[in-house]
Amino acid sequence: MNNNLVVLPIVIPLLAGAVMIFLREYRRLQRVTGILATGAAAAVAGRLVDLVAREGIQTLQVGGWPAPYGITLVADMLSALLVFTAQIVALACLLYTFDSIGEEHESHYIYPLMQFLLCGVNGSFLTGDIFNLFVFFEVTLIASYVLLALGGMRVQLRESLKYVLINMVASTLFVIAIGYLYGVTGALNMAHLSERVAAAGQGGLLTVVSLLFLIVFGIKAALFLYVWLPDSYSAPPPAVAAIFAALLTKVGIYAIMRTFTLIFYHEPRITHTVMLAMGALTMIFGAMGAVAYWSIRKILAYNVIVSVGFIVFAVGVASRDSLSGALYYLLHDMVAKALIFILGGAIISIAGTDRLREINGLIRYRPMLGWLFFVAALALAGIPPLSGFVGKAMILGSGIESGHVLLAAVGLLSSLLVLYSVMKVFMQSFWGETLLSEDEAHATGKGALLPGSILAALVIGLGLGADWVLAYVDIAAETMVNPVQYIDAVLAAP
Amino acid sequence: MRFTNVILQTATKVIVFIILTFALQVLFSGHHNPGGGFVGGLVTASAIILLMLAYDSRTVRDVLPVHFRRLGAFGILIAVLTGCAAMLAGSPFLDQVFSHVELPLIGDMELASAILFDVGVFFTVIGTTMTIISAISEDE
Repeated sequence: MNNNLVVLPIVIPLLAGAVMIFLREYRRLQRVTGILATGAAAAVAGRLVDLVAREGIQTLQVGGWPAPYGITLVADMLSALLVFTAQIVALACLLYTFDSIGEEHESHYIYPLMQFLLCGVNGSFLTGDIFNLFVFFEVTLIASYVLLALGGMRVQLRESLKYVLINMVASTLFVIAIGYLYGVTGALNMAHLSERVAAAGQGGLLTVVSLLFLIVFGIKAALFLYVWLPDSYSAPPPAVAAIFAALLTKVGIYAIMRTFTLIFYHEPRITHTVMLAMGALTMIFGAMGAVAYWSIRKILAYNVIVSVGFIVFAVGVASRDSLSGALYYLLHDMVAKALIFILGGAIISIAGTDRLREINGLIRYRPMLGWLFFVAALALAGIPPLSGFVGKAMILGSGIESGHVLLAAVGLLSSLLVLYSVMKVFMQSFWGETLLSEDEAHATGKGALLPGSILAALVIGLGLGADWVLAYVDIAAETMVNPVQYIDAVLAAP
Repeated sequence: MRFTNVILQTATKVIVFIILTFALQVLFSGHHNPGGGFVGGLVTASAIILLMLAYDSRTVRDVLPVHFRRLGAFGILIAVLTGCAAMLAGSPFLDQVFSHVELPLIGDMELASAILFDVGVFFTVIGTTMTIISAISEDE
């Protein structure tokens, strides 16, 4: 059954971005177009979530060419939830961009680029074809290259060079891995691949190919191979960093979840053990980085890495409960990371520096910002009743149940260190003597309050309304555990 | 002006039109034969670059007062909207229709909606290529 709704989250940002290029001089119109487009995409994604819950997986055979020969777009619950959350988070980041980015960026295509980034992100979530996954990765990356370098400050140019080089290597490996996979199985459609791999058995060759995919997605998701992340996420303006932190690594995590639950799930002793080890090391090193630094940008960037490790640990456990936990935590993390990056950006813009030792006593005249940051910090660490808690509890519970007690302990310890690192930011910048008087502040930071409040409300809502969200998450987990559902939806379609 | 420029410029005046004609041929034959919007766009861009080499970019901009970034965006709009038109008719995104018409002199002619998509790609490729080339060749 073809449903054109599935393509809309890709088409809407693409069209909006193209239209905005004509509106270069009209900054206000660009803002309105951005909000309308992302709002529309969010509405479509919400409708998709609802449809998938009631009628099952939605597919679209683009151009009417049937799978596995044509290009298929698939919205199962995993994709639909991620697309929906991505739009909501992007909306908040967009609101923060309006206030913080400045005229120079606005007239240099920042809004079209954000739409193209969203087009790539949504496409990666929705495509049912592994080669198109590569294409949408590239769309996302090319938009992110420009967003990172836009502004042309010395640090941005230096970091974007590294970022581009590393991603080029990863993308080349990605194409090579797809080539091997196609050579062995003769298929590119993910449902078809799943069928073929299951029929032929995942032998040594395919397992090696799957590890190659794990490396590629590991670089993109900052799973163990994260060296590029802390510097390049510290370079761009805060609004751009927020959208990167909330969306980019998540696409890599999604790709790991998709390929290792749909295609390469036959040799968990090898692939999933590697995943568990990478996840654990990522948590340890990420937490060490978060604790060690005294710069807000660096601390937040290392927090991104810790949560990647934690989610992949859950994917590696690969039980139904752990996959539910992984998805729930992924949704939480998109919201929470956007929130804390926006608030961190506001602190940096007020103080004019990101060195923690030079920021003090902001709570005196920015109480709202302070309390929002406090909520965000607790949510990141997983304090009940906020959203982080439910996901963490599910992941740790299923981890211990399946005998990974040591790894669960690593997870717990890393959340403790995360709590320490963000509380350090909170205490240093909001408590203490007020060194900076109000009129000395470099910016008001008020632009962060609206998007911050929206996201904070979401964090609280996700925590308190966990049962309601989990009903949807559970549908996604069920598809991940039974790939047959996905395959039938794609290949049985006329 | 050096003497070699005279040869290049005189030859270019003729060759550019041959290249552009060939580009259109490639664009429209792409439906059934090798070719299409992407290649056609690249060939067209190469004609414009040849003009830039033979003359200079300012002369070319006077002759072709096109904003290449906007041309690229325009191409995206055409291509995507062609895809969306299929949705209005209730068929899947990017689905195409075609029919045959009798034209005087030419005779039977196949008209396919896919050609509109190709034209969009054509503009996008020209716009993007020229933006890249002029970004790395000029100091602004």
